[in-house]
Amino acid sequence: MNTIFKDETFREDFTFSNSPQAIKRFPFPFWEDKYRYSVNIEPHVAGPKGSVYEFPFDIDEHYVSDMRDRALVLKEDPLRIQALPHMMLAQWDLLELIMTSLARDYPQHFTLKRDGDDWHWINRPLNIENRFRFGDPSTLPYEPMEYITRQCQGDFTILDQRQNNLWMDAGIATSQADWSLDFDIGMNFMEWHAPVPLAHEAGVFDRALKFLLALQFGKPVRRLNWTMTINPRLDTSPENYHKWGADRVTVTPENVGDKVHLRVELQALWRLPRSNAVLFSIRAYLIKMNELVADLDKARRFHRILQSLPPELAAYKGLTRYHEPTRDWLKKYDDGEPTPVGFLFQ
Amino acid sequence: MTTTTSRRVRVDALERVANNIKRFEFVPIDGQPLPFFSPGSHVIVTMREGDRIWRNPYSLMGSPYDTDRYQISVLRVEDSRGGSSFMHESVEAGAMLEISEPVNLFPVVRTGHKHILIAGGIGITPFMAMVAQFKRDNTAFELHYAVRSADEGAYLDRLRAADIPGIHIYRSDREQRIPLATIIENQRLGTHLYVCGPQRMIDWTLQTAREEGWPDENVHYEHFNAPPPGKSFLVKLAKSGREIRVGEHQSILEALEQAGVDAPYLCRGGACGQCVTAIVDAHGKILHNDHYLTDEEKCRGERIATCVSRMDGGLLTLDL
Repeated sequence: MNTIFKDETFREDFTFSNSPQAIKRFPFPFWEDKYRYSVNIEPHVAGPKGSVYEFPFDIDEHYVSDMRDRALVLKEDPLRIQALPHMMLAQWDLLELIMTSLARDYPQHFTLKRDGDDWHWINRPLNIENRFRFGDPSTLPYEPMEYITRQCQGDFTILDQRQNNLWMDAGIATSQADWSLDFDIGMNFMEWHAPVPLAHEAGVFDRALKFLLALQFGKPVRRLNWTMTINPRLDTSPENYHKWGADRVTVTPENVGDKVHLRVELQALWRLPRSNAVLFSIRAYLIKMNELVADLDKARRFHRILQSLPPELAAYKGLTRYHEPTRDWLKKYDDGEPTPVGFLFQ
Repeated sequence: MTTTTSRRVRVDALERVANNIKRFEFVPIDGQPLPFFSPGSHVIVTMREGDRIWRNPYSLMGSPYDTDRYQISVLRVEDSRGGSSFMHESVEAGAMLEISEPVNLFPVVRTGHKHILIAGGIGITPFMAMVAQFKRDNTAFELHYAVRSADEGAYLDRLRAADIPGIHIYRSDREQRIPLATIIENQRLGTHLYVCGPQRMIDWTLQTAREEGWPDENVHYEHFNAPPPGKSFLVKLAKSGREIRVGEHQSILEALEQAGVDAPYLCRGGACGQCVTAIVDAHGKILHNDHYLTDEEKCRGERIATCVSRMDGGLLTLDL
């Protein structure tokens, strides 16, 4: 992967764009030409070199600008990051997981030296260096979760496991698809999934919860989820709905290619060792329609996905207002030819 | 699909800690530290002797912060299955064994303000790790540990030497009993109760807590059922058509593994539900021995926990 970090924005002038390499590795989540709801969980194991699956945590060309956007969100709204008091051990679990992964997978950018509980962390792209005592929050400038997630792309929630349920008792959300940590904090798995249409009837969440309660250390799993976003805005939160909600009525047949983005979340679930908590990492990738259609198979397939998307799901994902213009814009790329079976990214 | 991975470990030390109880220390052989674990976790130990394979769950009892070694305690059980006898008779220092990654089905409730631990006999093991964590975190707790006699109680000296006011030991040969009702009747809100020991002790604790008005959410127990023996029966695999005989002292899961079938499992004690398999057809009576399926599900007879449940003779066709 290209290690030149781009200087770009995810707000106001929206200078975000993807390099040709980033377009090629974009985790396009559809493996067939028809929309079908599926939990599609697979082991989160190393994928091909250069792919978003190469390492447990993907650091890409947007890293530095992404972290700058996160700092802006946190400055305006400190409630985007919260942890209940019993989650401190889980916070350290998270810090350890991210630091050891990044230092191992990106040694050119990150270095971690450990001498017992005395740790020394260097983050070169963000020009951060700290010596601290593992387990002692007073030796870091922020609590452990905030310290490390200001340096790692993606939103995170940490779920406490008790009473055969998972409880969202800590997390950070600054690049989320219209859900609120401040609203969900302290809720259990069934409560925060209550708004999802269709899936409850199918028993999807009962099965998913049972699966997650048995999730094992060292065997993380992942899935891709998707929605769409107008303008390359990372922070599409309920808290800031007044800033982005109206963007959805600005889509015209002329500006679909630049304004409409497919937003894919690479979601992974991990058992944390000391706390027995479950970490849920949610890494958002954005691609504008103009970039997506660089690959005709993706263009054809996405057109067919939008054709077959049930209206309830379009409404849940918030696409109703621009579903049609986007589908119509994509139509010119769909010549009816078949697409290859399976995923279309490397 | 196999849901469990193993790592090889070496038995670095072992000692007899009570009548019929030995403590084993495992160290990694690949130079990599063992994972941290949370108190209440267990590992599955795989034992091999010739063609025979046993896989038994044992609670981790060392400090969760010790990644150099794991410790387990094994009670020699006088049954014919042989896993614990193998550990006692055939495993010596230097022996190689396989263990799974730790899994926690008996976690400490971290929102609790205080924790009361009720242990009987070998049930002390998960609590040894919890006590280490509570001491480190300065968490309020009490441990009430019942043993038959000084000879049969493991770690009595170690626990006494820890000199913690909340630790109490009861010897039934001296007519000492855990005064459970007195202990739990006046606890402050937010206290959690944990019990690990023989089934009758678990039943008594759950019953007493209920009588004292404790909510079920605050009462926790761990009990690994060893797969009970029974009549031999045939298992037929619907997808492959294979027929596999389950011996009198074997579980369905063990028979499947011996026949080379890669069947899922996690706890091997009827607690986690990972091995639960759909039944296509059953000729004969199903004997459910797990804690996972509800009574209603057991009555319906559509699924079976292959790690501990069996047939009372006859033929069972599984969706495998």
